[in-house]
Amino acid sequence: MKPHAADYAASARHIIRDQPGVRAAVTAATRSFDAHRAASWKEIDVEAWKRWAEGVKSHVLMHLDTYMEQAETRLTENGVQVHWAESAEDALDVVGRIARARGVRRAVKAKSMLTEELGLNAYLEARGVHVRETDLGEYIIQLLGEPPSHIVGPAIHQSVDDIRVLFHRELGTAPDATPEALAAAARSALREEFLGADLGISGGNFLVAETGTLALIENEGNIRLSTSAPPVHVALVGIEKILPHLEDLAGFLQLTARAATGQPIGNFVSLIQGPRRADEPDGPEEVHVILVDNGRSRLLADDEAWEALRCVRCGACLNICPVFRQTGGHPYGWAYSGPIGAILAPAYLGLRASLPLPFASSLCGACADVCPVSIPIPDLLVLWRSRAVEAGEVPKSERAGMRAYAWAADHPRIFAAAGSALRTLPLDKGGRALPVLKEWTAPRAPLRPSPRTFRRLWKEGIE
Amino acid sequence: MRAAIFVTCLGEHFFADACADAVRLLRHLGVEVDFPAAQTCCGQPAYNAGHLREARAMASYTLETFRDAEYVVLPSGSCAGMMRSILPGLVADDERAGAEALADRTYELAHFIVDVLGVRELGRGLEGLRVAYHHGCHALRELGAHDQPIALLVGAGADVVRWEADEECCGFGGLFAVKLPDVSTAMADRKLDTLPAADLVTSADGGCLLQMSGRAEHRGSSAEFRHLASVLWAATGRGTARTRRAS
Repeated sequence: MKPHAADYAASARHIIRDQPGVRAAVTAATRSFDAHRAASWKEIDVEAWKRWAEGVKSHVLMHLDTYMEQAETRLTENGVQVHWAESAEDALDVVGRIARARGVRRAVKAKSMLTEELGLNAYLEARGVHVRETDLGEYIIQLLGEPPSHIVGPAIHQSVDDIRVLFHRELGTAPDATPEALAAAARSALREEFLGADLGISGGNFLVAETGTLALIENEGNIRLSTSAPPVHVALVGIEKILPHLEDLAGFLQLTARAATGQPIGNFVSLIQGPRRADEPDGPEEVHVILVDNGRSRLLADDEAWEALRCVRCGACLNICPVFRQTGGHPYGWAYSGPIGAILAPAYLGLRASLPLPFASSLCGACADVCPVSIPIPDLLVLWRSRAVEAGEVPKSERAGMRAYAWAADHPRIFAAAGSALRTLPLDKGGRALPVLKEWTAPRAPLRPSPRTFRRLWKEGIE
Repeated sequence: MRAAIFVTCLGEHFFADACADAVRLLRHLGVEVDFPAAQTCCGQPAYNAGHLREARAMASYTLETFRDAEYVVLPSGSCAGMMRSILPGLVADDERAGAEALADRTYELAHFIVDVLGVRELGRGLEGLRVAYHHGCHALRELGAHDQPIALLVGAGADVVRWEADEECCGFGGLFAVKLPDVSTAMADRKLDTLPAADLVTSADGGCLLQMSGRAEHRGSSAEFRHLASVLWAATGRGTARTRRAS
């Protein structure tokens, strides 16, 4: 998917006005995710866990070069073929080469946001490889031809009724099929895909440097199958996903699951140590790990913005975000949506290509409260906004207006007089008075200033 | 005890009567209230929109204006949050200690009444009144002032009704409201769609009240929105909680 963040406002408007079912489905799903998260956090000393997790992640990022080397060494010792990809093109090239070398015709995919970031499906399909998403939510949106709407729940914008219609058309299920029957139909269709695939593709939640262990969290078992049934497994892993020790992994598996869905741990955790050994009955003949940079080391070098790299992709900030809840992830126009998407986009896509995402927040601060690795998301949103201002990427009228406002705020008499003049403006016809007022007044009742300013009340004496 | 009232931009022009009620309430509780006439804006609108140079200038100016105040009290959770959480990080290094000290003496009104004055019972002026309380984001998250306004309302006999979305953002967010009006008003709609039957809706933040009441009126709702300062003044039995007649 080619990023198209610039369409955010129009796309959000379209969803809010013309697709009310999306808002209802996303609100219901995210509130449910968040309620589970909140309940599960009550079971642990969450502040202590968050401090620990922040510390581990920050430590890895500060010493990433060392841990990357260690991870490569261990993976190689485990029989894994390690590849480094600086850009999306590099990563796609590596997958393409492996697919060609192995004559791959059919690939099954475990859910991976990194592959969405890279545009892997389109790349492979253009090269004649049939790619099948095997996570139920991903499968649904693949049938719809849509990108994911959420980091963890890609199809949360779809209601059960929407899925009934889709599966009736695509899989021949009954028009009134139960959710269980729908899942069973998907399972049986996917079973064939697993058995017929000659490549399995996954992401990676964590990669342990000390042991070369690739860790994957899931609930459906499709990752287990995607990574073990086909003869070749390719895992694409962002370089920020490295953890130093196996015991760090023990903590992160729990904290991530709790933050994402409120589970103490995912239903399935796969710890992959390499290809099938001679004494093992199952598993791939080849395992490849592609360590992907694609803007990460540039973000790491950014002293002000780097903390976003601690992200574990739990989606907790999306679930609690009142902005995200109105539309789901599609208007953000690329793989990562919601608050975390709005602070990763400018780093990965470039500031201009990411606009207006850093502005798509009321700065309510709820995201910072729930982030399991304490990313200061509101501060980083303001940082990217300030860079947009400095780069001249906000309207000239806003820039001039804010300068005038700040100048007046330094001159109390002028500030008071300008404020009093509000009362002389035709506020019900805001558009003619001040452009910003038009945006205020179109969907809201006109502003009504107090008849007299406080200053005047004070002067007259408050009884 | 003396406190300087910082009425804020919205207070000065849109909630002047509520600010006057805040003064009455503080005096009633034995506080000597000053109004430093040089006060203007804390800089939050500029900060939130990323205009940091302007925000710094306003932060510095505000710091200078209130430097000598024993306490600063604001009828606004978000401006109080700006002064307590953001301002010390915005000003120049040589102003930081002063900004931190000022932050420690700065309070949103209900927060000040409960935590500094130690008052939880203002009177019984809200007896039987069903009040829906909107927790402004910054009062809730930057100040951690969740319980104080509720304690004062309940202590005055109000029935604070359960509101599913009471801690969700109303969609104001300063310039956000005009930059992305569709998303902003969808957020307000979520507040209004979940609003239970109540005699009035109140909040410590003028911005949130303008957003919610402006949207409610546009939708043809007759819900009454009042600033917390006026409702708390009414709690003493002196002011009136509702300006409209009960239907």
